[in-house]
Amino acid sequence: MNRERVLANVRRALGREPGQAIAPLPEPRIRIAQTALEDRLRTMRAAIARLTGKFYEAASPRDACRYVAEQLNGAEAVASNAPFLAECGITALPNVRAGWTDPAALREACARAPFGITCADFALADTATVVLLTSREESRLPSLLPPCHLAVIPRERILSGLDELLAREPLPVDSRSAMVLITGPSRTGDIEQILVRGVHGPGEIHLVVV
Amino acid sequence: MSAIFDERIRKVAAEPEVQRKVYAATGRLMEHRRHAVTETALPDYQELRAHAHELKKHTLEHLDHYLEQFAASVERNGGRVIFCDTGDEVEDFLIKLAGQRGARLLVKSKSMTSEEIDLNERLERHQLEAVETDLGEFIVQMTGERPYHIVAPAMHLSRYDVADLFTAKLGAPREEVIEEQTMIARRVLREKFLKADIGISGANFLVADSGAVVLVENEGNARLTTSAPRVHVAVAGIEKLIPRAQDLAVFLKLLGRSATGQALTSYSSILSGPRREGELDGPEEFYVVLLDGGRSRLLADADKRQSLFCIRCGACLNHCPVYRKIGGHSFPWVYSGPIGAIITPQFMGPFHEPGLPFASTLCGECAEVCPVKIDIPKILLELRAEVKEAETRAGANRLERLAFQVWAWAMTHPAVYEMGGLMAAAALAGQGGYVKELPGLINIGPVKAWASQRDVPAPAAQSFRDWWRQRRGGRA
Ligand code: SF4
Repeated sequence: MNRERVLANVRRALGREPGQAIAPLPEPRIRIAQTALEDRLRTMRAAIARLTGKFYEAASPRDACRYVAEQLNGAEAVASNAPFLAECGITALPNVRAGWTDPAALREACARAPFGITCADFALADTATVVLLTSREESRLPSLLPPCHLAVIPRERILSGLDELLAREPLPVDSRSAMVLITGPSRTGDIEQILVRGVHGPGEIHLVVV
Repeated sequence: MSAIFDERIRKVAAEPEVQRKVYAATGRLMEHRRHAVTETALPDYQELRAHAHELKKHTLEHLDHYLEQFAASVERNGGRVIFCDTGDEVEDFLIKLAGQRGARLLVKSKSMTSEEIDLNERLERHQLEAVETDLGEFIVQMTGERPYHIVAPAMHLSRYDVADLFTAKLGAPREEVIEEQTMIARRVLREKFLKADIGISGANFLVADSGAVVLVENEGNARLTTSAPRVHVAVAGIEKLIPRAQDLAVFLKLLGRSATGQALTSYSSILSGPRREGELDGPEEFYVVLLDGGRSRLLADADKRQSLFCIRCGACLNHCPVYRKIGGHSFPWVYSGPIGAIITPQFMGPFHEPGLPFASTLCGECAEVCPVKIDIPKILLELRAEVKEAETRAGANRLERLAFQVWAWAMTHPAVYEMGGLMAAAALAGQGGYVKELPGLINIGPVKAWASQRDVPAPAAQSFRDWWRQRRGGRA
């Protein structure tokens, strides 16, 4: 079999026997900055501004809902199945579709809607990154197909950065098929290095911290 | 230096427009990187580099172990791992899979490994449509070229070139505004994503403990490639392994900063395969094709093994005075710049382009900026020595063959043979059993090269033929 052949070639090159023990692996390098929530919010606001994303700090779930409604301005949106979006009242807004069970319907709606609304599982303050863990509640397409992505972030889920995320989720894709880190809008510089946003994914992103 | 290499360099030298573009683009990328790794932006930059180097070193030294762990993790999650020795085996697997799934259209996100084996051409030979979806790759696929740069594939083209291409190949009305051109590509490719049967990606990293493929990108085309079609196949070299998901804390920070100066690229996807129970999207089937393709040969050299640490950030290209001068298409294989100069001879052999390891000023910039601390100049020097050695050997072999031909000819022409033998014997008599140095008369050309490596046994003072004739004569 190819597998055995490739492994045998690798072992021969390294002078190793099948099943031979390995030398100790260097410890993971995880450094977590201890910062107050207020600092994290400030860092995140500055970081998303540099990426031309929008930042809104909602005073309450209702306020978040109001901000989202204002952005949609009556346009159609696909919201994820996250319970927090329902708690905020976002899924009850007119033209917001939610409560997905049928994959084909979800895909079709995402391909058409101008807005996708998700609820971040985590956010990383230092890079203004939205972390989505694929599940029954969060799918991959609502943050990808629509031209504008509204990410609602419960403030207690804001971590200092990547290291803290990986400390919390050492095996992030063991029980799910994907973890996606979203840092700013989709962008390209492939023609003359001129930055263009929204090439394949959303060109606009809003972080709505509740 | 081969004539083709020489010719390509001359061609670039004659194109000041391309030179200017490449110089400007690499200069900008250098600037971005410089700002991203300053003491304030990333205080532990040097520590991260050292750690990344150690992790890669450890992983490659025990690669068989991590490959097995990775395969077991993927399979636990419901995916499959296919080990391949060669591009032919990758092709066989994909053609069979496409056939079984009735697939016609494949979308691809950037994979240098698939460039290595000319995967698109292979798929097209089987009437499969394979569409590159990274904007730069999409453009160079239309021009029929290889990517100019690992990170910026269409660096050498202008908006006017793109306008010409889009009109000619897509039938779009002429458009010279870059934003609009990008939107044309978005529309064309969006349709392909939604129609495609199979998505083929590369992998920036393969995570052994998670059975995960990690994709780092800015456009979102890799996310679409791996989320929209029913089947996701990742094609990657076996050296892409890292031990743990937690090691991404080191690699993701270095990769984005070194490539484009971003703290994190727009999207980092950590993908462990087919959609799980209850998930509403993502692929139903997940395959990881692991290509050896010459890598295990490189592994055997403990010193040069570090060539496989590369995370394809492109920083060494941007900082290389030679790359900036001669550009990406002068290089003889898919990998260009300093990293291309060290891996091409190791994958393709020293004669693929003997001039390549010499096309460097050894200024050391590449090693200075490499996020995984590959000692590129040192490897270049070793490769130079190897080319020289191989040339001497091949030269000697050529001359040896020539000398043998002369000998064979002499053997079939007795008069000539006899004369040569007499001359040699006369010249060599009295030098003992072995000859260190041949007499000047015959120690020229082929014979000299051959003899310089060997001690030649001195011919007997009386040759067999003389002896035989004497005996016969004595009897007669
Ligand atoms: S050799 Fe180093 S600097 Fe060059 S592309 Fe690879 S990782 Fe980047």
